Amino acid sequence: MSAASHRRIEVEEFGDVSVARFADKKILDETRIQHIGNQLFGLVDEDGRKKIVLDFANVEYLSSAALGKLITLDKKVKAAGGQLRMCNIRQEIKEVFVITRLDQLFKMFDDQESALEKF
Amino acid sequence: MASAETLEWAIPSDTGEAQRVQEEIVAKIEAYGFSARDVFGLRLAMEEALMNAIRHGNGGDRSKQVRVWYEYVDGCASVRVEDEGPGFDPGDVPDPTLDENLERPGGRGIMLMRNFLDEIRYEGRGNVVFMKKCRTAEAD
Repeated sequence: MSAASHRRIEVEEFGDVSVARFADKKILDETRIQHIGNQLFGLVDEDGRKKIVLDFANVEYLSSAALGKLITLDKKVKAAGGQLRMCNIRQEIKEVFVITRLDQLFKMFDDQESALEKF
Repeated sequence: MASAETLEWAIPSDTGEAQRVQEEIVAKIEAYGFSARDVFGLRLAMEEALMNAIRHGNGGDRSKQVRVWYEYVDGCASVRVEDEGPGFDPGDVPDPTLDENLERPGGRGIMLMRNFLDEIRYEGRGNVVFMKKCRTAEAD
């Protein structure tokens, strides 16, 4: 239903865990963030996924508008009784999470393997 | 290489135009040897400032302009972003790191700008933001 031509994340399933990898290097402009948000929210709202790992390996830039979407996604997943994890976050972006204290809210892991462990 | 340069743009309230200006400034500071972290910081701050100008200052009205002024002098890049809005008091923005605000989706842009820049100040009626980032030596 959502436009496949504008796929901003690639989703891979590992059992009951969905790993969503961002395709973009820069998650900055509003339209892009909107698309990403819709795709991610669809995992919970439409596909009923409760365990989600966000893989930031490709991501070089992230704005505060994108943080808003991540917070909303985290709330949705928690409301569904699930958990959101993040991995492969480069140092500068980790700093963004620390400055905004979102490192307290989000569960962050070094790589995909450790994010998937005991999930 | 010249040690000082100045550039100016007047763009409509359009995020694509804002990206184009950012790319130009990023290319300039990369050429001046700013580290990846410095470039990340200034770019993020410019993104937040331009989005605030377009969305909040000009209310997304494409007929309203955003003026951007860039200057590089002796290892420091300064960027000034001006919108046509009524301005605002950054002190009115609630602290997003307080427990009660942690799960609110908005209000983090100014905090990020303050942390990644060497200098930030609001000018005029609060519709102009001045940002400065100086080149630091690579730690590694």
